[in-house]
Order: sequence, then C-alpha cells, then structure tokens
Amino acid sequence: MTDAAAAPRPIDWADPRLLVRVRRRHGRDAWLRAAGLTALGLAVLMLAILVGALLYNGWAAFTQTHVTLEFEISPQRVKPEDPGAGNFRAIVQEAVYGLFPEVTSRRDRRELMEMISSGAPYLLRDRVMADPGLIGRSLRMAVPVSDPFDQLAKGLIDRNTPESRRRVSDAAMARFDRLVAMGLVSRPLNVGLITNADSRFPELAGLKGALWGSFYALLVCFLISFPVGIAAAIYLEEFAPRNRWTDLIEININNLAAVPSVVFGLLALAVFLGWFGLPRSAPLVGGMTLALMTLPTIIIATRAAIKAVPPSIREAALGLGASRHQVVFDHVLPLAMPGILTGTIIGLAQALGETAPLLLIGMNAFITQAPDGVMSPATALPTQIFIWADSPERGFVSRTAAAICVLLLFLVAMNATAIYLRRRFAKQW
Amino acid sequence: MSPVKMTARGVNVYYGDNHALRDVSVDILDKTVTAFIGPSGCGKSTFLRCLNRMNDTIPTARVEGSITLDGQDIHDPAVDPVQLRARVGMVFQKPNPFPKSIYDNVAYGPRIHGLARDRAELDAIVERALTRAALWNEVKDRLSSPGTGLSGGQQQRLCIARAIATSPEVLLMDEPCSALDPIATAQIEELIDELRQTYSLVIVTHSMQQAARVSQKTAFFHMGQLVEQGDTTKIFTNPSDRRTQDYITGRFG
Repeated sequence: MTDAAAAPRPIDWADPRLLVRVRRRHGRDAWLRAAGLTALGLAVLMLAILVGALLYNGWAAFTQTHVTLEFEISPQRVKPEDPGAGNFRAIVQEAVYGLFPEVTSRRDRRELMEMISSGAPYLLRDRVMADPGLIGRSLRMAVPVSDPFDQLAKGLIDRNTPESRRRVSDAAMARFDRLVAMGLVSRPLNVGLITNADSRFPELAGLKGALWGSFYALLVCFLISFPVGIAAAIYLEEFAPRNRWTDLIEININNLAAVPSVVFGLLALAVFLGWFGLPRSAPLVGGMTLALMTLPTIIIATRAAIKAVPPSIREAALGLGASRHQVVFDHVLPLAMPGILTGTIIGLAQALGETAPLLLIGMNAFITQAPDGVMSPATALPTQIFIWADSPERGFVSRTAAAICVLLLFLVAMNATAIYLRRRFAKQW
Repeated sequence: MSPVKMTARGVNVYYGDNHALRDVSVDILDKTVTAFIGPSGCGKSTFLRCLNRMNDTIPTARVEGSITLDGQDIHDPAVDPVQLRARVGMVFQKPNPFPKSIYDNVAYGPRIHGLARDRAELDAIVERALTRAALWNEVKDRLSSPGTGLSGGQQQRLCIARAIATSPEVLLMDEPCSALDPIATAQIEELIDELRQTYSLVIVTHSMQQAARVSQKTAFFHMGQLVEQGDTTKIFTNPSDRRTQDYITGRFG
C-alpha cells in the first residue's frame, strides 16, 4: 500500500481542467443532437420532395377531359336484335361532324375524329348494350377526348410552340377551343383510373386489372404464408429442440429474408412455371412467389412475438395441467397476435410493392381485362406502373405518377392498419 | 399422524451437466404443510418442480429416482403429466394471472380438464374456489374485469383460487409471498392454514418465520442436498445438523 492509496487526494470539482471537460462533454451532446436533427430533417425533406413530385406529376391524371356529344342511335346503325354488332364508329363520326358542318375534306375530318378518344365507340356500345331501349333515340353522353387534347385542356401543351413541333395543329386547337366555348368540354374526376383496365390509349387506361391482380396475388400470398409462417414459428419456438439443425434452420430463415427478390422470381419461373406448368401471368403464381418472400418475414415476426410472451404465463398454464397445444392456442397465440398481425401486414405490404419477381413470371403483360380469378392473366400495381412508365404516350407520364400515388395510398393504409392492430390488441400485464 | 401423500426416494436432478439435486428422499404428508427452506440455489424449488413434473418442460433437465403420489410412481408411463398437474397444483413466486377476466382465470383449469358439465356447475366451481381463496367478497361484482388489474396480494390469491379450482390433492407453493407486502403475506398465510384442512401443502420459503408460522413439517436443503427434515418445532428449536442450526440462526444464507 502506498501513501496515496491510504489518503486519497481531495477532488477539486472547480478545477479548470475538469470544467473544460464538462464544457466539452456538453458540446458533444449538442453536436449529437444537431446531427440527429439534421438527419431527420433531410429524411423528411426527401420524403416531401418524393410525394410532392408524385402529386405534381400525377395531379393531371386524377381528372380526365370529356366532351359531351349528341349521339343518334338509329336502328339502321344498331340492330335491336344484335346491338353489339352495331356501327358505333359511324354514330360517333356523325355526332362529331354535326358539330363542325364546315369541315368536309377527308383529311380534316380525320383530324377532327382524332380529337375524340378511339375508345368512344366502345363506350357507346357498352352503354347501348346495357340499355337497348336507347336504340332509335338520341343520347347525350360525355366521352373522353384523346390524349393530346386532354393534355391541351390541362395546359400541358404549350400553345406558343411552333405548330410543326406541337402534337396539335392550329386548326385542331381552334376547333377544340370552339367546343370549350360551346360549353361541351368538362373535366370530371377520372373515375376510369380505377374502373378501367389497361389500354393502349392513355385516356382510357386504368388500374382495375392491376388492382384485382394485386388483390388476388396478395390473397394467395396471405393464405399460404400466414398459416405456414405461424405454424413454422410455433414449432421452432415451442417444440423444436435446441440443436445444430434448428440453429441451421434459423440462420437460413434469417438469410432467406435478405435474398434479392429477383432470385425468388427466377425460382418461381423454373419451378412453378417450368416444372408444375402453371399458367404464365397468373396471380396464383404471383401470390405463391410473393408467399416465398413473405414467409421469412412472418416467421421472424411471429417468433419475436412468441418470445415476448412472458414465460410465467406458460408456466401458469402448464402448472394447471394445460397440454402444449392448449398453452399455445389459449395463451401464447392470443398474446402474440398483435405482433404476428403487425409482422404479417408489413410482410404483405412489402409483397404489394414487389416488382422484380412478378416481371419474371410474366405479370407485366399487356392485359386489357381485369382477372376473374387467380388463374387468369393479370398485372399487379407495381408491374402496371412499370408498364406505364415504359410507354411513350405523354398521358402515361401523369398516369404513372397517379398509379404510384394509388400504390402508396394502399401501403400507407396497410401500415396504418398494422399500427392500429398493435395498439388495439396489445395487452398489459 | 396423517397418512403419507407423496414420497420421494433417491431423487437426483441434472440441468445439463449441473447436478442440481443429490439423492433427496422426503415424505409429504396429507393435510399437512411441509416447508422447504434453505439458501438460494440449494435446490428446494428444483425439488418442488419435480413433484408435479414441471421439470419435464425444461429440455435440459433430467430427473432420476422415484416419486410417488398415493403409492403410484408419477413417472410411470400410465401417469399423464397433464393430469398429474391438475392433481398436484402449483402457485408461483410471482403472481402470474392470465391476461383474461377474473372468472376466466379461475375457470381455465376446470375447462381444460372438462370438470364442469354446464355453465352453472362452472359458476359454482369458480365461486367456491374464489371463496376458499378469500377473494370472493372482493371480486364478486367484477368477475369479468381483467385479473391483471388486481393488486399484488389479490393477484396471488387469484392464482391460488385458479390452482384449487381443479380440486388438487397437493398444492405446491414456490415462495408465494416473496413479491407481497406484509399485509398480503398475512392473508396468504391465513389462507394456507385454512387450506391445510383439505389439501396437502408444500411451501418453499426464504422466510424462517413464515416456515415456523405455517408449517408442521420442515425440510432443510443445502447445496443440492437434503440436510435435515422433521417436525417444524424440532427443526427450529433443536436441529440435529450443524448447518441447519447455522442457517436458521442467520449465520449464513
């Protein structure tokens, strides 16, 4: 023992060297706080820019320019016994030509017809087929204008550009302005964005097919991954012995969660389409592929939720003579359910946004009908966005952004549900 | 002298390579409170968990030796641990009510073992168990409120009610009062004395006074061995082993 150890030196808390240290420590605290705040600010700014850009680009697609026309559904054009075979194109032409009697040359008339969406005859046909009583009468109906005029109406085409570099000629612009002056042009909410399936024409293209495709794929994904994931997690947590094999399985599940999604797509292409011969582009295959990706997420979340159930609850149940399945179903699962549901919804939200595996199994085909089941060809929301982003028409630019907004809306809704479930069912003990 | 309810002969317990309990032989008498005392880690809780085969639920645990209930070996393949645990109930150190209603807590055991034929019978079982646990008057108006909302002492009495709802023959209590205040402790001790009329009780405790107050028989464990057992009065007034005397006089432990 030295003397110093026997009689410790008194500490002078006012020593300038100690005070410098204190000041430096406070400085570092402030620095850490500022760094965190800056990072948070940057993250929020990025998010604001992203959402802002999407809304700025997408706002145009939430409305669609229509022109109201007077259609004469004459029995000569449409036979009452077979309305589907009627010459609706001619009826649309007559309605348009009637508004512009001075336009007579073939070339000008063709340009006149370019103002109206090429889908207008089909819309008219659907309307008449739904109500055959319209035959022989005249019908006032708003039909979409074609994409260039939609852009013009929304101010997205610069009228000062020289005519040769503009998609709309001076004459066509003047005629359109006349329609506007006649009060025939309207711009209602673009319901078709949700109710129409995909189309070559931007003014008619909608997300119905993609929404149903995503719905069916997620349904299949949920039906497979939820029970399988929970069963696997229960076995691993409640029954499996701790040994090298279960360690190996655990490591593999964790690694599986980090495998790039395109790899799952290749696997699905080889196994589901190649070996099993399942149909291409089907939501069934998409859902099965997404289930493979969602499984690790659900297993990991469920295991964490089961682990968080206090062992005292298990002991209490076992001590009363509950068997293993009673412990699991009566106590562990109800207590773990908020965590399981949260993990599942987050897994499904991931699956909803997943694009790469769906591209590989052909869910990026051009399909103009909504799927009527899990076996019929379909697209999904992210692949539809991919298709539209790849399309050259100007109208698809805003529609792509609008579709992304719809996708984000679903993701936000799903995550909000997860938070709600966690709050609602979380039990205190 | 009460008849023997449970016997243990040459019980050894291993947790992996750790030899936790060495060659323990004890008789548990019917309608008697037997106290297990000893310093922390001496194996008394481990032994308690042997009596209803709760150690089966720990993967690394291995139990050797013979334990009988009414003369039948509880490790006999004919004995189902699930039923055994209904006959040999357990109350834990920390009150652990299920996060369910008070009623469902008590009704859980009878439900899983199918002891009640109808709702009225189940109601009667719940009321009787809560009454015996001296909790009925405090909770009869809020049977559907969560059991976790009760105070600590009430929670422990709820756990006792839950354990006696299956009409066990033996009730094991693992330091049932260690998380409770003195008033709640006194209530539980009163309850233990009352339950002795019907059941065989085994209580693990760290409190020498508690063992002296509530038990008729005492067993002293040390370092995984049973050092001494006998009448509580004798153990506390005239122990035959030096280690027992050192422990009860507070020289170690």
